[in-house]
Amino acid sequence: MKQLSHLQALEAEAIYIMREVAAECEKPVMLYSIGKDSSVMLHLALKAFYPEKPPFPFMHIDTTWKFREMIQFRDDVAKKYGLDMIVYSNEEGIKQGINPFDHGSAYTDIMKTQALKQALTKYGFTAAFGGGRRDEEKSRAKERIFSFRNAEQAWDPKNQRPEMWKLYNTRIFKGESIRVFPLSNWTEKDIWQYIRQENIDIVPLYFAAERPVVERDGNIIMVDDDRMRIMPDEKVEKKMIRFRTLGCYPLTGGVESNATTLDEIIDETLSAVSSERTSRVIDNEAAGSMERRKREGYF
Amino acid sequence: MQSLLKFITCGSVDDGKSTLIGHMLYDAKLLFADQERALELDSKVGSNSGGIDYSLLLDGLMAEREQGITIDVAYRYFTTEKRSFIVADTPGHEEYTRNMAVGASFADLAVILVDASKGVLIQTRRHTRICALMGIRHVVYAINKMDLVDYEKYTYNQIVSDIKTMTEEYNFESLYTIPVSATVGDNITNPSKVMGWYKGKTLLSYLEDIDVSDKSDQGGFVLPIQRVSRPDRTFRGFQGQIEVGEIHEGDEVLVLPNDTTAEVKSIHNMTEKVTEAVRGEAVTVELDREIDVSRGCVMVKDVSLHVSKMFTAKLLWMDDSKLVEGKNYYLKIGTQLVPAVVMNIKHKVDVNTGQKVKAERLFKNEIAICDISCSDKIVYDIFANHKELGSFILIDRITNMTSACGVVEHPLRREGNLTWHEMDITRDLRAKQKDQQPKTIWLTGLSGAGKSTLVNALEKRLFAEGKHTMVMDGDNVRMGLNKDLTFKESDRIENIRRVAEVSKLMNDAGLIVLTSFISPFVRDRRSAREIIGEDNFVEVYVATSIEECEKRDVKGLYKKARAGEIPNFSGITSPYEKPENPQIVIDTAGQTVEESVEYLMKEIRKFIQ
Repeated sequence: MKQLSHLQALEAEAIYIMREVAAECEKPVMLYSIGKDSSVMLHLALKAFYPEKPPFPFMHIDTTWKFREMIQFRDDVAKKYGLDMIVYSNEEGIKQGINPFDHGSAYTDIMKTQALKQALTKYGFTAAFGGGRRDEEKSRAKERIFSFRNAEQAWDPKNQRPEMWKLYNTRIFKGESIRVFPLSNWTEKDIWQYIRQENIDIVPLYFAAERPVVERDGNIIMVDDDRMRIMPDEKVEKKMIRFRTLGCYPLTGGVESNATTLDEIIDETLSAVSSERTSRVIDNEAAGSMERRKREGYF
Repeated sequence: MQSLLKFITCGSVDDGKSTLIGHMLYDAKLLFADQERALELDSKVGSNSGGIDYSLLLDGLMAEREQGITIDVAYRYFTTEKRSFIVADTPGHEEYTRNMAVGASFADLAVILVDASKGVLIQTRRHTRICALMGIRHVVYAINKMDLVDYEKYTYNQIVSDIKTMTEEYNFESLYTIPVSATVGDNITNPSKVMGWYKGKTLLSYLEDIDVSDKSDQGGFVLPIQRVSRPDRTFRGFQGQIEVGEIHEGDEVLVLPNDTTAEVKSIHNMTEKVTEAVRGEAVTVELDREIDVSRGCVMVKDVSLHVSKMFTAKLLWMDDSKLVEGKNYYLKIGTQLVPAVVMNIKHKVDVNTGQKVKAERLFKNEIAICDISCSDKIVYDIFANHKELGSFILIDRITNMTSACGVVEHPLRREGNLTWHEMDITRDLRAKQKDQQPKTIWLTGLSGAGKSTLVNALEKRLFAEGKHTMVMDGDNVRMGLNKDLTFKESDRIENIRRVAEVSKLMNDAGLIVLTSFISPFVRDRRSAREIIGEDNFVEVYVATSIEECEKRDVKGLYKKARAGEIPNFSGITSPYEKPENPQIVIDTAGQTVEESVEYLMKEIRKFIQ
């Protein structure tokens, strides 16, 4: 009898997880960050329920500092598949003028973590799919596929519910919620190979192109709009770059690259000497910073 | 096409599990430069005197790094030219056994580490047992720290012989032993230069080559239904992942537990319409006719599964609170979720020797054979036949905790009433169901001492704590059961006797009984104690003085008694005999009701928990 390939096995596992949530959880939502992992998750959700549409809404937490191409892509995708796409921003944060230049880690907390908590509470979602993978970071490597959050939406890493075989216990009390990571067992390479195999649309920022950039603290930061503050000693120049992960443009470092096709990206990924999270400025903090943020409710 | 091997590393604390995996990744050049740099930086501040501490690659939680131990499973992903791997590095401490079991439930193979200088330990035996319980069929014993025993062949052979004896009962499909040194790197990815006497494979090359594919596949077809999809009136698809065999368009299938048949009209492998699908694939199946199919049903072909309510299972208890016989849990098996009761613990399994140990309770990290009864018929199989249909979890209905995981050993032939007859519903079982110790809390004291007030307040408190209670006092007994009795002495004795008998019945029913009677005579209380049972009778002396009671005189009874209007009034015209050895004494004078209740609750808890 035919054996499933590595990618087919990962695909079936993710779909099984999504169907379990749809069947057992009261009010699920799929968080959509517009990145490549979200694109894969969306693709899997479309497959999992076909010919039915995914039986839950999608939600994007918009910090208002995302790349313009990301927002365009989000709107195009929502329209193309007729998705119920909720866009939520922390209005209070916007009013206070919270931005990535002046507010450092408080910015991520207020515009991302707090915004996410507010949105989940506002809509009363009991389960939220996220695209996190265990190969991204050491505390993620320890997280269950079904990861529980208390009423304050905090994670207790020392007391995780046992997760046996694929018998997921989805029972929670009122006010608690579950973060579900169907891509837990995928690696960055799997994601790229799957994108190629399935011909999945992704934001063009992943492909190399000439873009206006400045160098800042060893990172290549793209000047995406005129809100970008240029320091006196910085020079905006054009470089062939692409992004390995996408987030808020002032906080996302690009890599110099000539990879303009998926094959070239995969070749680069296979021979990469650093992991993808190094291009996220917020991760370059003390060991354990990710775990601390997750305990506080970061996805 | 590369195959995927899911494996775990386990073994006792400090056997070097994390170090082994860390070293494997490091040697095989499977780390990114930034991870390697972080590792070198972390090692400098670590305890390993500046040498590279490979375990830091895996111990990702802050608490783990601080304490230098592994608390939870870490999953690592790596690929060599021959194979893709997912490795779950599991904790060695007994306390975190359930996290080790989480890793084992996910794996096809276990690498069990043994410290060469210590040999086979209890934890080695425990982990081997749990690997077998969770369904792992392939094991590798890495005899680690060979550098500490001068790479001696003799020591290695001794340990291998112990392992052979230990594993006899399990019948693993494959078993391999390798002498290694995780810190130095012998036989991890490169053959050891100092152990020329070892002619076998290195650990990595063994893992690259071993075939773990399931050869027990007996054909047929099994699809547990996860979800019914009805986007519109024309389409009704049944979604799930095929667990056994394969299915073709046009096949006739049977749907359990309803026992109805239909023909497969179409199969969607996700968005693609296909004519056949195989084990592991996530499909949507349409049938040719409208039959009753919902989540939890199982679609089968040419496979015989069990459809019943009761089975015998092997349980691994994972909850901090103990297993309570007779308590209601949710059982999840496949896509079915039903209320279920663990009827009895047949025996515990000693992790070390495998011997049967008689037990009435099951605590965290213990293994036992139990009989389980579900509220509805479920579809299942013996774990050894079909892993996916024979594994289950128990969920605590109050805390939502995953309390246990288990595997089905065999169905219980005698269904329903028959077996319940055989297993009498005892006082113990009823009490366990209510999770409490049934006692009669007997309050004695003068009229006006505060007995009724206390009894009522106590009942509210106990009720709020989820206890099952009943109050017996003059009001509800004299009106009905004892309305034929007067206040003459023989009737007062009969009154107390009847109250004691009824209290005993209520205790048998599992209830906590609170009584409020003056019961002034030692001999009456002694006979009540005899009826109810020495162990179940808690005598509470409400020692409020006669002066205080007369001062309160809520019902005006003392006044009447003094005026000679009430004959035989305890304390005035008839004696009140103080208890000789009451378990609890309370004087309500000068205390608020809340204070008295607080004190009594504290005392009573010692008896009812």
